[in-house]
Amino acid sequence: MLTALDKKLLEEIADLHGEPPGAFNIRKDGKGIERRSLEGIEITPKKDQPGIDVVVNEGKEGTIHIPVILTETELSDLVYNHIDIGPGADITLVAGCGIHNPGSGKAQHDGVHEIYVRKGARLIYTEKHFAEGESSGKKVLNPKTVLVIEEGGYAELELVQIRGVDQTTRVTEAEVQAGGRLVMYERLLTGGEQSANSDVVVNLMGEESTARIVSRSVAQGNSKQSFNPRLLAHGPGRGHVECDSIIMDQATVRSVPEIWAENAEAELVHEAAIGKIAGEQLIKLMALGLTEEEAEEAIISGFLK
Amino acid sequence: MLVLENIHLELETGEKKVPILNDVNLEFEAGKMYALTGPNGSGKSSVARVAMGIYRQTKGRVLFDGEEISELGISERARKGIGYGFQHPPRFKGMPVKDMLELAMKYSDNVNCQVLRDIGLCPDEYLERTLDNSLSGGEIKRIEIATLLAQNPRVRIFDEPEAGIDLWSFEQLINVIGSSHREDTTTVVISHQEKILNMVDEIILVEDGTVSMRGSREEIWPRIKESAECSCRYSCQLGGEIYADCPR
Repeated sequence: MLTALDKKLLEEIADLHGEPPGAFNIRKDGKGIERRSLEGIEITPKKDQPGIDVVVNEGKEGTIHIPVILTETELSDLVYNHIDIGPGADITLVAGCGIHNPGSGKAQHDGVHEIYVRKGARLIYTEKHFAEGESSGKKVLNPKTVLVIEEGGYAELELVQIRGVDQTTRVTEAEVQAGGRLVMYERLLTGGEQSANSDVVVNLMGEESTARIVSRSVAQGNSKQSFNPRLLAHGPGRGHVECDSIIMDQATVRSVPEIWAENAEAELVHEAAIGKIAGEQLIKLMALGLTEEEAEEAIISGFLK
Repeated sequence: MLVLENIHLELETGEKKVPILNDVNLEFEAGKMYALTGPNGSGKSSVARVAMGIYRQTKGRVLFDGEEISELGISERARKGIGYGFQHPPRFKGMPVKDMLELAMKYSDNVNCQVLRDIGLCPDEYLERTLDNSLSGGEIKRIEIATLLAQNPRVRIFDEPEAGIDLWSFEQLINVIGSSHREDTTTVVISHQEKILNMVDEIILVEDGTVSMRGSREEIWPRIKESAECSCRYSCQLGGEIYADCPR
């Protein structure tokens, strides 16, 4: 039975209002509490370690929700999820983790997602992180996503963390095979004393494999951010890495994109920019009647959209 | 409606203070259209920016509806009904055109997307586009004008609305500025374009940081032409047949 707090967390991370549509698995405080499989989408708990196996049959279309919520303090949750999107399937997968830490102890979730997008399959994957808590207890989230996109497959990842999480180390590793396409959007906002580290490695393995990595972040207060996106073309692949950060207050941002080609036909581009909000942007929105604070919020919200 | 009284403006560039405006006195009435014209660097945009509160005058007063607003900030002036369309609008990564128009409409009741159509942009195509480098300078400029139209302020200041806009769009621009002007609206257009100078009730000539002349097109035109012929000051920026005989 979901409490009001559970529902609030689920709404924040997965935009869920009530029972999820399609197949789902809800994990709360280290245990799976509700689950539903559908014909062609099987969700089963792992026997040897915490987590689930999600198997989507060939050609199946549908939506899957696999959110995780933590509502206790001094809790460390580790989960391994294996997700297999069958050939030609078309799936929207909503993951994410919401933490409400009521105490002064640490609440931590480490999630490992191993995802296979089989030949010609299409995956839209959203992972949103949210954390809150009235007392000083730390909220820590460390997601790791390992993705393999097979021939002709397509995956779009949207990884979002807006405020609340004190510490995160995000690891994303992807292998894009011939004709496969990966698009990854990462959006991050940190404030106060928070820190966020994102390591991305994308390997373009074959002909016509492509990747686009877009990272947008805002660092406020004394927060610290570090981005290390690496794009490697082992064959004639094409890729683009774009890292943009708005830096405010006394925050620190480090951005180190790397491109690496092992084939003369490869085309790789990287861009990285760190800067404050431009004065003319603020003035423009203030000339529409917004206060400086409202203008700043609108710029940040648009930037992270 | 809007009065600039004995306005002096100095701006800091490094350690120096540079005089920009010198004793500018202007009164803009409701229901009238005005053009501010003059050479590059003469202070036209600075006049607009003082009116909007972006620059704070060194001396003088700004009044709106008889009330002194010299101490009010940009936001307060906007909420009172002063609007400014930027000469070089900034770009906003990630922000869709739709969001910008909604922000513009926040303090107005002009809630529709017609403004995009009015300036020749299809809403279906542009509402979700982001205001970043994916849009051309001309598109950004037209969206800026649409934003000012959506804001629907009582005093509308268009700063070189024609800059970067193609000829076909320019015709639309003139039409929409003219047709959206109302009896209770004051329209000020900073421009060098003859067609814009022809459509206004009054032309104000700004030279060397001060208003050197103001009057109807008939009154002021010979002076502009004389100035152009004497110094070629406008020849590079002013198009149109009036300047075709410029000696430069």
